[in-house]
Amino acid sequence: MQLTINGQQHSVDVEDDMPLLWVLRDELGMKEVKYGCGIAQCGACTVHMDGSAVRSCQVTAASADGADITTINGLGSPDAMHALQEAWVEHQVAQCGYCQSGQIMQAADLLVSTPDPTDEDIDAVMSGNLCRCGTYPRIRAAIKTAATKMQEV
Amino acid sequence: MGAVKTIARRTFLIGSAAVMGGVAFGTYMVQRPYDNPLLSDLKEGEAAFNPYVKITGDQITLIVNHADKGQGVQSSQAMLIAEELDVDLDQVNLSFGHPAPAYYNTGFAAEAVPFMSFDKSFAAETMRDIAGGALKLMAVQGTGGSTSMPDQFVKLRTAGAVARETLKLAAAQESGVPVAELKTARGAVQLPDGTEIPYTDLAAAAVNIPPVEEVTLRDPGEWRLIGKKMRRTDVMAKSTGTQTYGIDLEVEGMVHAAVRTNPRQGGGIDSYRDLQVKQMRGVQDVLPVTNGVAVIADNTWRAMNAANALEIEWGPAPYPAEQAAHWEEVANSFTDERLDSEWRSDGDVATALQDADLIKAEYRAPYVAHAPLEPLNAIVRVDENGAEVWAGHQMPGFLLMEVAKIAGCDTDAVVFHNQMIGGSFGHRLEFDNIKLATEIAAQMPGTPVKLTYTREEDFAHDYPRQIGMSRSQGRVKGGKVDSWSLDIAMPSVMASQLSRIGQAAPGPDMQIVAGAWNMPYDIPNLRVRAYRVPELAPISSWRSVGASSAGFFAEGFLDELIHAAGVDPMEERLRLCNNDIHREVLEAVAEMSSWGSDLGPNRGRGVAIVESFGVPTAEVVEVTMTDRGIKLDNVYVAADVGQIVDPVNLESQLSGGAIWALGHAMNAEITYTDGMVEQTNYHAHEAMRIHQCPAVEVRALENGAEIKGAGEPGVPPAAPALANAIFAATGQRLREMPFNKFIDFA
Repeated sequence: MQLTINGQQHSVDVEDDMPLLWVLRDELGMKEVKYGCGIAQCGACTVHMDGSAVRSCQVTAASADGADITTINGLGSPDAMHALQEAWVEHQVAQCGYCQSGQIMQAADLLVSTPDPTDEDIDAVMSGNLCRCGTYPRIRAAIKTAATKMQEV
Repeated sequence: MGAVKTIARRTFLIGSAAVMGGVAFGTYMVQRPYDNPLLSDLKEGEAAFNPYVKITGDQITLIVNHADKGQGVQSSQAMLIAEELDVDLDQVNLSFGHPAPAYYNTGFAAEAVPFMSFDKSFAAETMRDIAGGALKLMAVQGTGGSTSMPDQFVKLRTAGAVARETLKLAAAQESGVPVAELKTARGAVQLPDGTEIPYTDLAAAAVNIPPVEEVTLRDPGEWRLIGKKMRRTDVMAKSTGTQTYGIDLEVEGMVHAAVRTNPRQGGGIDSYRDLQVKQMRGVQDVLPVTNGVAVIADNTWRAMNAANALEIEWGPAPYPAEQAAHWEEVANSFTDERLDSEWRSDGDVATALQDADLIKAEYRAPYVAHAPLEPLNAIVRVDENGAEVWAGHQMPGFLLMEVAKIAGCDTDAVVFHNQMIGGSFGHRLEFDNIKLATEIAAQMPGTPVKLTYTREEDFAHDYPRQIGMSRSQGRVKGGKVDSWSLDIAMPSVMASQLSRIGQAAPGPDMQIVAGAWNMPYDIPNLRVRAYRVPELAPISSWRSVGASSAGFFAEGFLDELIHAAGVDPMEERLRLCNNDIHREVLEAVAEMSSWGSDLGPNRGRGVAIVESFGVPTAEVVEVTMTDRGIKLDNVYVAADVGQIVDPVNLESQLSGGAIWALGHAMNAEITYTDGMVEQTNYHAHEAMRIHQCPAVEVRALENGAEIKGAGEPGVPPAAPALANAIFAATGQRLREMPFNKFIDFA
């Protein structure tokens, strides 16, 4: 299968039913995409496929063939952070941090469709992303900070 | 006592040692005739050395030995060293170091004795000393019980100060400038003329100088870092997907493994068929492990897929197969034979409750899973020389022993690389993943084996929180709470947990009544008794352990008594409060929540205060009854931690603890059928999601005499405060978790 990931072309030979999550993690070494539940209940594996947030544990290799994938490393890097990542640092959102790649990718999708989200908008879109540490209040604050900053630009 | 204190002094010296390319500062443990058996490989007078600060020609490394499972303690430990060493956190590398006896956790002692935290009597202090001495001798290096800051607060600052003063001495020798004229900042010694000598340039010289052991720690007024809002050392990595956890690690030449072990925990395996599985793509082998089967493959998913395809016949569970039988055993445990201990007896309860018009209630708390988001995993390599382990774990000392037993080597031949952990809540105190990975690796000598649990396997073997039940009887008199008998029955989590590493848990189990026996109230007649339920399903420490349920039993029923007395829940708690530290915590939370103000229609607020791990913590929850059910609006948390080291982390821990407790109290339980856990993944054990999460406000107080940890104390008051708020809003009293069995949440 052929994939474009964070702007780079990749070719992998895997079973049709291997989830994109494991193609990314084990075949391509992209460990920033996290395994949490395998059944779309936690959102830790969230990436963008052709511009929309998806749970990569639910996307088969066959259905991702030819797709354009963005992981959190494609969103920004420590040297060139996305506004959401900057806000996540500013608000010190992360505790264990394991869910946060997925949270940030879901939030990025939210801000495309809803540039100025209310708490209700945030809750509706982010409720599929589980955080066991309970960082939700800081997630809400960070999304709002990022939204404000992105609108100023 | 004298002997214990002498050992403590002799075994806790900060010194220096030469290391490859530089100098290290840290703890010496010196072997004495009656000293630590774990140091028996040392001859008398020889020393084991465990560094906290390592300086070589090119870098400064701080060794922060407590496990970091998200509580940010790596960052907080680094702050303590850096404060005295005069380095900034952006200049240093951090390392968990290698497990060693001198990293024993001195903070555990305070939690191991049956005295209230504010009790500074001779008896209480003596017991703490004895417990501290015993822990030193057992060399317990562990992270748990909210002890990291109490353990490290003095040790790490001392290590930083010794290193700084010794480096100054080296600089004085090199420059000819007297030590008194030298200053230090940002990892360098400053000469009066403005010249700076980086610590890294002084490492070689410092090795040859006897370390300055007499240091005076800085006055809190001089602190640059402690108590200030700092950026966590891991926050950038965790905001950009660049943090590596144990599950992300790759070791040269490793294979992937998945396991299935008997979901009837502790039960055996009758038979399995693996013929088709061995034909599956990427599968390299199928190997037996204790009570289960492992599949080795070239990719995590292929290993998991193949393990799921195995046809396995499991043996029966060594505990009752159905949940109802578990509850029945608990309910049958309020007997004289199963009385574990009477923990509190004020006044004369028996007489006071005779012939009175009694208020009675039974409370229940279910099994609950830890289920941190990073599934269990471990990489282990075993060969003829020993074993090497890469995993995140809270108990490295015991880990070495467990691995050595299976690998057939000495503990000295086990090398452990601790990893950042994606959440634990007590889950990473257990050893199953480590033991299973070692069993597999021992069958493939020389090959590193990476074991990754499926979420389903993780849920099946979570070792949940204990179930528990309380029976209360009380009476009120003249508008006051007057008499109360509180009986609590639980299996012993300590006995269950320690049995799995071959350790005994002697004496009564304080966790059965934790957070209840030490309630800060003067009630004329008050009795708290613990009943020990024989072990049912295997259980383990779940964030705040016994207090997560006993605190609910106590503060829930107290609210019933206060209601019967016809008085205000906050005012009556303040009237009953028996010491100033708890009183100020209650007053703080009352002020934060504007207690007493009108909330408007369909709303209610509830309060609870529970002390756990030496931290009095009070919480007020505000709820609204909506068309779709109860909505949690606001939570206010006030806690006295004695000393604030890291205010950002502290807020996260107390807020996170409350959210953790609320989510599980509302929505989560583990139940058994056919001997197996029924909840296989997060859809059946949801706890808190963002749409149900209230706003949380935290205030930390510093009135307590000693520094305390905050990872757990935010948990226990949350469930009773929520139940009490729901009662205030609806008149419905909730006496059993999870509450969503009885009421809807919006």
